[in-house]
Amino acid sequence: MTRYIVKRLIQSVIVIFIVSVFTFLLTYMIPGDPVYAMLGGDITREQYEIAYKEMGLDKPMHIRYINWLSNILRGNFGMSYKYRMPVIDLIKARLPVTMYLGTLSIIISTAVGVILGILAATKRGKAIDTVITLLANLGAVMPLFWLAVLGMSLFAMHLKWLPSYGFTFPTENFSMSIKQTILPLFALSVGAISGTTRQMRSSMLEVIRQDYIRTARAKGLKESQVITKHALKNALIPIVTLTGMSFRNVVSGSTSVEIIFSIAGTGQLLVNSVLSKDVATTQACILLVAVVVSIANLIVDISYGYIDPRIRLQ
Amino acid sequence: MSEIKHYLTGVRKFFKRLFARRIVIFGAVIVAFFIFVALFAPLISPHDPYKQDLKLSFAGPSREYPLGNDELGRDILSRLIYGARTSLSIGFVAVLISAGCGIILGLVAGYVGGAVNTIISRVMDALMSIPPIMLSLGLGIIFGSGMTSLMIILGLSTIPTYTRLMCAQVLAIRNSDYINAERVLGASNIRIMFSHILPNCLSPILVLFTMNIGGTILAEASLSFLGVGVKPPMASWGAMVNEGYNRLITNPVFALAPGICIMLLVLGFNILGDGLRDVLDPRLRGSI
Repeated sequence: MTRYIVKRLIQSVIVIFIVSVFTFLLTYMIPGDPVYAMLGGDITREQYEIAYKEMGLDKPMHIRYINWLSNILRGNFGMSYKYRMPVIDLIKARLPVTMYLGTLSIIISTAVGVILGILAATKRGKAIDTVITLLANLGAVMPLFWLAVLGMSLFAMHLKWLPSYGFTFPTENFSMSIKQTILPLFALSVGAISGTTRQMRSSMLEVIRQDYIRTARAKGLKESQVITKHALKNALIPIVTLTGMSFRNVVSGSTSVEIIFSIAGTGQLLVNSVLSKDVATTQACILLVAVVVSIANLIVDISYGYIDPRIRLQ
Repeated sequence: MSEIKHYLTGVRKFFKRLFARRIVIFGAVIVAFFIFVALFAPLISPHDPYKQDLKLSFAGPSREYPLGNDELGRDILSRLIYGARTSLSIGFVAVLISAGCGIILGLVAGYVGGAVNTIISRVMDALMSIPPIMLSLGLGIIFGSGMTSLMIILGLSTIPTYTRLMCAQVLAIRNSDYINAERVLGASNIRIMFSHILPNCLSPILVLFTMNIGGTILAEASLSFLGVGVKPPMASWGAMVNEGYNRLITNPVFALAPGICIMLLVLGFNILGDGLRDVLDPRLRGSI
């Protein structure tokens, strides 16, 4: 087991390293001059020369990479051309928002998805199964931004029940926080709920057909006990991987949601920095997200090793 | 002659099993409908999707313009029809790029194994750890926007899925008897890879391909909505939602119609993919 963990850890480090190389090269892959890419077009010749030396463009590529990396590890992500402040400050302000929404969304979507999936599987073929399956399939194909837009126009502009923009942490103003996060959270979670429901339903159906479930029923156990004590544990295994994967989607889905609801998070930061060609911020966002996702995948894989003994013995 | 007959019977049986469930027929019909609309767009659309008429800005539905006009007075229905072209062409080309590169990478990684496998797998993991929209945005800063860039970007972002799938498949059958028999017979590695291993791995790839087209269409719509994808004057469903959502109360059709089109098309591909999965490997869990 420890060998597996160490192996996975080394893999994660390598993956993050590769991502860092890619983000580093981003400056140089943009058409045009890298100095202008970093600082913008309207700088004087002296500023250009200073920046040239600072960015180490007179040094070979691997030295530049090492300098860049050592800066990153010390927390210096450079200056944002668009916002005129250090990138790290931008990230520090916005990352908690995105993480809050993202984590909440994953918790809700996993819980709701599992419950709906179990319901659909145990009442297979009946009306509730058809309804749940239909909704899950619709939710899986619904464009996230469209759902957010519809939700906003219906509940915020038409009915005026909920605010249409903004974000507050629950610690600052609880009721406002709840009201502001309902719509974005809903839009963010629908896709994940649909995916989890479908997966839970099919893995439950597969587990229920197994012999050991038949044995449990033959032993005389109540149906609810059969489901909770025997079927559930095995059916939940693929959900763990799915939750890990949905982390990725939540992080990317949050870009649209943040833009529509004017939430100051890292997704919105990324889109704005791409649109204004602010390379430093783009680099920081991509690197950060990749690191977070890698860590999430690592945790999922390790817990997978605990849950499913077959993986451990590989 | 009998070989051809045998082959045709096999094809007929395949389609009979595929369409055994009514819902798969429904999905196929939806996809066929949109493909038809995209192919015959110039013949079907009532007006030129790029022609502006500022007097009609944000007009509601009328006899001449069944769905109304957008901000610059262009006909929404025509833009919807041409939007099918954008979505489908980007969807198909991007997925072809993904599948092409992914299959070859996965084949090589799985068959050759060792260091090559490790390198390819790590690079694919790195690609996968960047969420698709972020990757597309990051690549967008390099390639710019526009249809070709979008095809490349979206193509690149799904390569890892194909590579992983292919690699797993290849690893599973690499040491089976018939492959070993080919080796004994003296077949070269390339021949083994492409003539023997590849055809046996295609079933899940085909399913993934179909589902992926739906996913790519969604991704293109999201990017166009954010303003980083296909930009006006090109017609794109995502961009239309972007233009329309501020006017949802006064002019709901503008933002609703493209969204419904996206949903239907992606649903069609998903249902088709599910049907294919049921036919090609009944052991794989279908979800409908």
